[in-house]
Amino acid sequence: MSVPDITTSATLDQALNPAQPDGETTTRRMTLNMGPQHPSTHGVLRILLELDGETITKAEPDIGFLHTGIEKQAEALNWQQVVTLTDRMDYLANLSNNLAYALPVEKLLQIEIPDKAQWLRVLLVELTRINSHLVWLGTHALDLGAMTVFFYCFREREDILRIFEMFSGQRLMTSYIRIGGLALEPPRGWQQAVKKFNDALPSRIDEYEELLNLNPIFLRRVQGVGVLPLEKLLALSVTGPLIRAAGLKWDVRKSEPYSSYEKFDFDIPVYTESDVWARYRVRMEEMRQSQRIVKQALEGMPEGPWKADAPKVVLPDREKMKTQMEALIYHFKIVTEGFRVPAGEAFVPTESPRGEIGFFVVSDGTSKPLRVFMRTPSFGNLQALPALFEGNLVANSIAALGSLDFMLGDVDR
Amino acid sequence: MNFFIVSLIKTGLVAFALLTTLAYLQWIERKVLAHIQLRPGPYRVGPHGLLQPLADVIKLVTKEGILPPQAHTFFYLLAPILAVSVALTAIVVIPFGPEVTVFGVTTNMGLADLNIGILFILAISSLGVYGVALGGWASNSKYPLLGGLRSSAQMISYELPLALALAAPLLIMNTLNFREITVLQGGYWLGFIPKWNIFAGPFPQIFSFIIFLIASFAETNRVPFDLPEAESELVGGFHTEYSSMGFASFFMAEYANILTVCCVGTVLFLGGWQPLWPAAYGSDFAPVVILFGSAAILFFHGANALKSRLWDRFSFPVFGVVFLILGALFLVPVLKPVVVPLFWFLSKSLFLVFVFIWIRGTLPRFRYDQLMRFAWTFLFPVAVVNLLVTSFLVAITSN
Repeated sequence: MSVPDITTSATLDQALNPAQPDGETTTRRMTLNMGPQHPSTHGVLRILLELDGETITKAEPDIGFLHTGIEKQAEALNWQQVVTLTDRMDYLANLSNNLAYALPVEKLLQIEIPDKAQWLRVLLVELTRINSHLVWLGTHALDLGAMTVFFYCFREREDILRIFEMFSGQRLMTSYIRIGGLALEPPRGWQQAVKKFNDALPSRIDEYEELLNLNPIFLRRVQGVGVLPLEKLLALSVTGPLIRAAGLKWDVRKSEPYSSYEKFDFDIPVYTESDVWARYRVRMEEMRQSQRIVKQALEGMPEGPWKADAPKVVLPDREKMKTQMEALIYHFKIVTEGFRVPAGEAFVPTESPRGEIGFFVVSDGTSKPLRVFMRTPSFGNLQALPALFEGNLVANSIAALGSLDFMLGDVDR
Repeated sequence: MNFFIVSLIKTGLVAFALLTTLAYLQWIERKVLAHIQLRPGPYRVGPHGLLQPLADVIKLVTKEGILPPQAHTFFYLLAPILAVSVALTAIVVIPFGPEVTVFGVTTNMGLADLNIGILFILAISSLGVYGVALGGWASNSKYPLLGGLRSSAQMISYELPLALALAAPLLIMNTLNFREITVLQGGYWLGFIPKWNIFAGPFPQIFSFIIFLIASFAETNRVPFDLPEAESELVGGFHTEYSSMGFASFFMAEYANILTVCCVGTVLFLGGWQPLWPAAYGSDFAPVVILFGSAAILFFHGANALKSRLWDRFSFPVFGVVFLILGALFLVPVLKPVVVPLFWFLSKSLFLVFVFIWIRGTLPRFRYDQLMRFAWTFLFPVAVVNLLVTSFLVAITSN
């Protein structure tokens, strides 16, 4: 059945249960409208469920409640301003999105990013990954009824947000990774702040695992639940931790390294069960690996400039602007008009906490993008929802829904 | 005539104490849960949020009571009344202390001295299912319907192991009267191990106690068995459509049920008002020591209050004085026979309440089918075996 026409039918039930011919007895299935204000839909997702008892026979996700028009809006802003939109797509993967947008534009501009900026980008993006996974873990556990883990996760998340605030002055809408490097000079004392957090993290992750891994109720809720074979996941264009939990060792950071990821030593956790439990373990292990990367980035941070030497793209220092004529002109041009990007198109896939994200940018040589297409992981992952829901109990599908880890802003953009 | 006046006074006292406890149970739960979860809990309304229950009551009473147009009006309004009145009734058979003489009047500390106390509790708690099931059905809405279905099935399933767990100590006690059960648990093995049912011969009822606790978690719809109101799946469960006093009634019924099962557990397994160790070793002075000690801690913390919590400099000593007065009550000879048993009874019951909250802060939720399987394939057989072993041993030793 296609999407029911709820505008013409009097009720949802009538829309989904069209009148049967007389004399034919049918068991009526219950239609449940889950969301968009349901506590476990993680935002404003609406799912039309058709229930047979507590078993779901049909699930129709209905997206678009958070449509912001970001893709279209990007065409009206200049290249640098689009960075601020990428935060707003997904407030848990803010810096990952910044980076995913900056990379293809830098590819078109053909500018070299200095080592220090690249390493700082890696460090911040990995902190973002930890942040996103912490929120995922907290809300996922909350869906399963374990309240306390949520607060423990948010304790660590708060530390990460403080670090973000230290760097960019913002907790969520950081816009810190810009085309050509970083937005601001790294603040004084950032090493200590990051080191303090990073050293404490492994014991904190142990704490969550103590609360959940040995808990038989939790294990029974996640093991063997929400299983989808790898082929199906690939056919639905699912990426990220979900396919790694299904046995495919695919991580863009390893397979197509960007932003000097090839210089870092880390493992990609892979499990084959493809159930909620495997996805849980993949994400927990990813947090540990991200912690390793942050540690390496801290210890091996190269010296040098934090933005590219590209005067036509990157804003000059304040001091130079006030003393040098040429710098003042560039400053004026960039601020008033924005920089021009050579005509062409570019796409760089990156690994966000949720999966593969890439911005396909097209330039016609002006200071505004002609088109910015966003290949977002949440949209792909959400397509697995009907397959995960159908034939399952409501309680199981809540666990499966949590394991998808989607962000509605990322889906609707 | 005298009997009626005494009963009226006692009913008034118990009703007042019960309703206050119910209101503050919610404060206790929020505080304990908050401290487990690294947050301060209610803190704004009154010192340390102590007036929060009052604020909640005012809020709930003044809210508009919405009657959904699709609901079955009569049953929709009946369900919360049924739930709360049944839950509040159960407390009448609980004895809080021994027979005492106050101002020349000799009376039992407890409202009704039924000789079928346990059967009464079981009957009343079964009636409680109607409140939940009717509420879910009469709302005529989908989430409450699912919640109501779940909870009826769950409460009926768990009633069996609960009843079987209660039956085992009864075999040893050979009575259904709560007062006699408590009296029989007086005395000590070897002079210091209390003769409570969890330590009882011929077969310690520790297993019964654990089964009873698990089943009562399910009976009261608490985590990990809070499926009827699983917020992540069914939004609010059976009370999704209720607002204002209807919602408050269900809430109150839940807390009253918790209190009742904790009292029943205390009486049946933990020796009711019997002290933990003999009075010869000074158990009568335990409350005094505890309360005075708490007062001392409060005075100390009041004097060393953090700068960010300057208000504590005033509130902590005030609480300390209250604790001192309470402790002094235990030294007044006239009141001593009343308050000492009451202290032991309340401390045991409140410990069980604390366990309820503790579990809520720790465990995730069962899935519906797992919950049923757990009840029928694990809890029920274990309860049967426990009952058989107990009855066998009782039969051998009684000859």
